[in-house]
Amino acid sequence: MIYREAGQFKTTYKSDQALLPIAQDRFFVMALIAFAYIVIPMVANDYWLNSIFLQFFIFSLAALGLNILTGYAGQLSLGTGGFMACGAFSAFKLATSFPDLHIVFVLFLAGLITAVVGMFFGIPSLRIKGFYLAVATLAAQFFLLWLFNRVPWFTNYSSSGVISPPPIKLFGDYYITGTEATNLTQYFFTLTLVIVLALAARNIIRGHIGRSWMAIRDMDIAAEIIGISPLKAKLSAFAVSSFYCGIAGALWAFLYTGGWRGFRYPKIILGAIHDYHWWFGFYPGLICWCGIYCGTADFSQFRSGVIRFGVIRFFGNAY
Amino acid sequence: MKNLVKKITIVMLIGVVFSLTGLAQAAEKIYVPMLTYTTGPYAPGGIPVDQGFRDYFKYVNASGGVNGVMLDWDTCEYGYNTDRGVECYERIKSKNGQMGVAVFPLSTGVTYALIPRTKADGMVLHSMGYGRTDASDGRVFGHVFTAPMTYWSQASAITRYIGDQIGGLNNLKGKKIALVYHNSAYGKEPIPTLEALSAKYGFKFLKYPVNHPGLEQKSTWLKIGRQTKPDFTIIFGWGVMTQTSIKEAKAIGYPVSKLIGNWWSASENDTRPAGAASVGYKAAGFHTIGKNYQLHKDILAKVYGAGNGSGDKSVVGEVLYNRALVQGVIFTEAIRAAQNKYGNIAINGKQLAWGYEHVNLTSSRLREMGLGGFMKPLKITCANHEGANSLLIHEWDGKNWVNPSKWYSPMYDVTRPMIESSAAAYAKENGITPRSNCN
Repeated sequence: MIYREAGQFKTTYKSDQALLPIAQDRFFVMALIAFAYIVIPMVANDYWLNSIFLQFFIFSLAALGLNILTGYAGQLSLGTGGFMACGAFSAFKLATSFPDLHIVFVLFLAGLITAVVGMFFGIPSLRIKGFYLAVATLAAQFFLLWLFNRVPWFTNYSSSGVISPPPIKLFGDYYITGTEATNLTQYFFTLTLVIVLALAARNIIRGHIGRSWMAIRDMDIAAEIIGISPLKAKLSAFAVSSFYCGIAGALWAFLYTGGWRGFRYPKIILGAIHDYHWWFGFYPGLICWCGIYCGTADFSQFRSGVIRFGVIRFFGNAY
Repeated sequence: MKNLVKKITIVMLIGVVFSLTGLAQAAEKIYVPMLTYTTGPYAPGGIPVDQGFRDYFKYVNASGGVNGVMLDWDTCEYGYNTDRGVECYERIKSKNGQMGVAVFPLSTGVTYALIPRTKADGMVLHSMGYGRTDASDGRVFGHVFTAPMTYWSQASAITRYIGDQIGGLNNLKGKKIALVYHNSAYGKEPIPTLEALSAKYGFKFLKYPVNHPGLEQKSTWLKIGRQTKPDFTIIFGWGVMTQTSIKEAKAIGYPVSKLIGNWWSASENDTRPAGAASVGYKAAGFHTIGKNYQLHKDILAKVYGAGNGSGDKSVVGEVLYNRALVQGVIFTEAIRAAQNKYGNIAINGKQLAWGYEHVNLTSSRLREMGLGGFMKPLKITCANHEGANSLLIHEWDGKNWVNPSKWYSPMYDVTRPMIESSAAAYAKENGITPRSNCN
């Protein structure tokens, strides 16, 4: 615990319900965003922009999605990798079928498609929970990859089953994918996307939908008694979560690897499951954590473990 | 105190001078980022290739470089994992501000991921006998080279070999050929060719995917050995997958002599671990095996003799080691070709691409390099980045690869139109205008 909220009195409803009601949080988040927009692009080289930050933002999105489902709605899910693949393949089909479609719409629609698929795989959650649900959602991982592998239509009949996203313009002469895309364009684009989507997630959580998720998580029978429909709450959690994962998957295929092969379960997601902490409720914290996980891809396990432990200790208790 | 400051200043000055000369020297070298994998389930393939590469580079440097220009390289270990391969590439693609000239990822997945990146960085991507087959169309893929052969060529040449075993390609009608493949971009590459050939020659083509890492193949071989019983089974495996295939085939009673490995399922590291089960196993290669060539003797003398070997001396002459030498020979030949045009300087990636398009490894040139009869002559052109080459099949006798077959050439009449139409589709999807000044 590095600071306390004592002495910060809220005199209006507005300030009480603010996104970040504590002044230190506000300053920290604003400073972090300013740092990300101004300092990092000035000092980071291409390697850091492309190989560290890009991965880090994309996995942050995936972790946001998983956090909604597992963290807020309490539905254990192992299907994240499958949903990411679903997003990647839908975005690919959209981008190649409608070459003039703007990247933002491609991502949005890919997210929507994944949301529908996620809802479908969320149906078992109405009957089972805990580990049983985790295993049922694991089916998404295997089934979706099998499907994309099996049906050549998804890869536009590519001989090797690899999708290669076409070059897409963001605006003017700025490409966001393909060989002409610069690392800076991709950096700013993903950074903005992460901030916008994190803000959206935060607001969904604060609203009645988020509250219904938390009620279901804390005790589903009690939630049902007070009038929350488990069907709506659980399936909407699956939908929103898959939406985020789908966008993350599409970005991964389009911006990072420039393709999609049989996606091995990203270790970040596995990490997110066993490192699931309550401090994830604080999104900048979640995103920082993601960065640490990605950035330490090459550190020894020990070192990353120590850093992670330190960060959780340091920021954890504040939330 | 004053003395100390003086001393520190002098030391710093010396340091600056040294680092400046270091920088100046670095620019005189040709830099190659080397992506390797010596850990994980694919290490049996990665280690000997890595050793061969580095030995050959050391040998070139020990013999005075390529026309006096030394080679320089950094390695990065990525464990055959595409995501990490991309990260590795970004990390080591340049050194001291000097961009590398070429990259050899030794993974089809990484090759796909690096095609746009190397294009943006002006680097050559040479995927020797792996990678994206339609990149052989040099008009669309200006910087990607697949020489000396591709998976499609390989599949057709192996079909020719099978035809030979049963008395002619016409006898293929009604026969069954199975493909057991690594379920990844790599393993799926030959499928379109085999499908086209099965339609042309009337054999039945059966597909059996094996998932990463390939240790679980019981049900696959149960189907092959008990149900479908194909006349021949082609294996597209890598790493620990191939030895598992051989063992399972033996266990189920499928004749090992009917197995034909592709050139990535053709090394001692695939057959030795399978022990006696692998006697009679056949596998393809676009070069011969052994160390009875002048180049091997020179490497043993100049590199291992000087205590500079990159690994175990006994690996010299093994299949994958020799494969790395093919890579090295084509690469240095391309540098020489480029230096013919641009002068004996440390060329850049764009110049190297030009050099690659003018590689002409004739048999006399191969003899000069100490590799007479090692492989078939190779000529790469602007339009054809694969060149035309042939493969031969060896048989494992329990200790060595023996009984080399004759050389089988691919059916370019089948594969080339497929390559061109596939490359044209890629060009259209990616808004590339194919070069028209080729040929």
